[in-house]
Amino acid sequence: MALELLKDEAIPQAARGYPSLLRSRLYAIVGLAALLIIAITLTTAIGSTDIPLSTLRDTFLSKIPLFNIQQTWANSVETIIFQIRLPRLILAGLVGAALAVAGATYQGLFRNPLADPYLIGVAQGAALGAIIGFLLPVTWQTASIPLLAFLGAVLAVAFVYFIARVGKTLPMTTLILAGVALGAFLSAISYYLMIASADKLHGIVSWLLGTFSMASWWQVAMVTPYIFIGTAIIWLHARALNVMQLDEDQAQQLGINVEQVKLILLAAATLITAAAVCFCGIIGFVGIIIPHAVRLVWGPDHRFLLPLATLSGAIFLILADAAARTLLAPTEIPIGIITAFLGAPFFLYLLRQKKRAIF
Amino acid sequence: MLTLRLQHVSLGYGKQTVLHNISFQTIPGEMLGIIGPNGSGKSTLIKGISHVITPSAGHIFLNGLNVASTSRTELARLIAVVPQNPILPELFTAFDTVLMGRTPHLGIFRYETEKDYAIVYTAMQLTNTLQLAQRRTGELSGGERQRITIARALAQEPMAILLDEPTAHLDINYQIETLDLARKLCREQKLIVVTTLHDLNLAAQYCDRLVMLSNGKIHSEGTPQSVINAQAIKEVYGADVYVYPHPLNKLPTTFIAPDKNKHKPAPETKACSQKL
Repeated sequence: MALELLKDEAIPQAARGYPSLLRSRLYAIVGLAALLIIAITLTTAIGSTDIPLSTLRDTFLSKIPLFNIQQTWANSVETIIFQIRLPRLILAGLVGAALAVAGATYQGLFRNPLADPYLIGVAQGAALGAIIGFLLPVTWQTASIPLLAFLGAVLAVAFVYFIARVGKTLPMTTLILAGVALGAFLSAISYYLMIASADKLHGIVSWLLGTFSMASWWQVAMVTPYIFIGTAIIWLHARALNVMQLDEDQAQQLGINVEQVKLILLAAATLITAAAVCFCGIIGFVGIIIPHAVRLVWGPDHRFLLPLATLSGAIFLILADAAARTLLAPTEIPIGIITAFLGAPFFLYLLRQKKRAIF
Repeated sequence: MLTLRLQHVSLGYGKQTVLHNISFQTIPGEMLGIIGPNGSGKSTLIKGISHVITPSAGHIFLNGLNVASTSRTELARLIAVVPQNPILPELFTAFDTVLMGRTPHLGIFRYETEKDYAIVYTAMQLTNTLQLAQRRTGELSGGERQRITIARALAQEPMAILLDEPTAHLDINYQIETLDLARKLCREQKLIVVTTLHDLNLAAQYCDRLVMLSNGKIHSEGTPQSVINAQAIKEVYGADVYVYPHPLNKLPTTFIAPDKNKHKPAPETKACSQKL
């Protein structure tokens, strides 16, 4: 059927508003990207040694051959910036982005506001893997902890997936229930190992609460491909995710291959979550609250929700990590404590402001 | 001309078969109604034609194209469904919801254009919902949501529209408005329109041809005059009714049998008053 299209002047003003809405969302994305750069700059400057912004600028410019800048700073400053703070910040940003976008994806897929990236076994799988890593000889630990955490996370979700699958379809409720049950089982093993681990308990608990203190460039290099590719795949399915907010029958009748989209999104969100937690532990709160905060401010359209959540998650975790290492310096606060301690009041404030249905 | 043809189709869920050996064909420009009691398989038939479920036997053809072997995207450009009581995400605006109808015409890498917006606005004008464009679906009434869903179906620019109980939960004015629109689309836009209905009088007034389902099989098929009669209603629905021609257009009109107990005196209320 070809509709005889309405003349432009026949469209009432009240019905329009849409292009300007799109524009305002695009401005928000640009604004958040700018905010991300500001957050990175400021948090690079603060810490155990505060670095003046002018020095920071000069260290960066001196790396570019075009500029001829005299080194007026100690070599240690350069080490702090490039070997300690930057990798840590960037890892925090990547992890925050990954957890937030994975959380938004899970919430959209399950059509459930309580969903977070750890809903179907990623966290418990990663935790068990990491704990086994901690129990291995110390010399292996740098490699064994992240590797086993990653494998634990992916295997747990894969197991849940095959349990929940019925023929060619994947009922989402069964998936959640299977995830919760497997999670409880894996946690039981984890707790037993923790009690039996005695002297390694402190390290394990710190890992479980999350920390970026061991961040380095090789870790950034390891997680970047997963998080970039996974996030890109998720962003490309934003429209499908919108349509899937109707029920599955309607989504199919609108041309969405529901089972295929579910599988792709589940795999992408799981991989980026596994990559996010494997080096820095089970950082809570980001994956559930950031998507909701974005929804509260900018609405439920996944085409904007997903990129805005990605950027907000990165900014949030970069700032949270800066707080974690500076608030009680030289002691570091586990990042998971900061995210909940600072993030929850902020979210409650947003909730109070809007007072309407948010999902 | 456009036709939808079912050949010996059986449909069901898992091992349970709900519909057996269903065959019928639409006639261009004629609105086809599916009637039958609750549980007779009306909604299952809609799901089968839109390939949400695959026939366990037989074939469904749209213009010679086998529905079961057509890709979902392609099929959504041909067949649009207006479900009964659709779930619409509350926070999306009516415009967003109708825009979802453009999904099968867009791809992962293809963003919607001005033309898609124009199609959405046109579909909303046809369904008299333009003034609702910027409202959230959660704030709309049942009738408005129904019209939004029809607009979404139109935005798919399909060849066929399948309506599942489009008048359920609607007041009489919206029932008439919805079916008027469906018939207009059928006549003027030359769309194939198939609708399930539980109201026999609406079915008789609006549909050119009816298929009456009973226990998963076709009981009878034909014009309203030939399908709706007191004996058939008794057989299929198990209800005693009277069928008379409508005073204005002679179409069969169903009346329920009067309640035999209506004029009996109300039961004594002594017991109550004594207690008080």
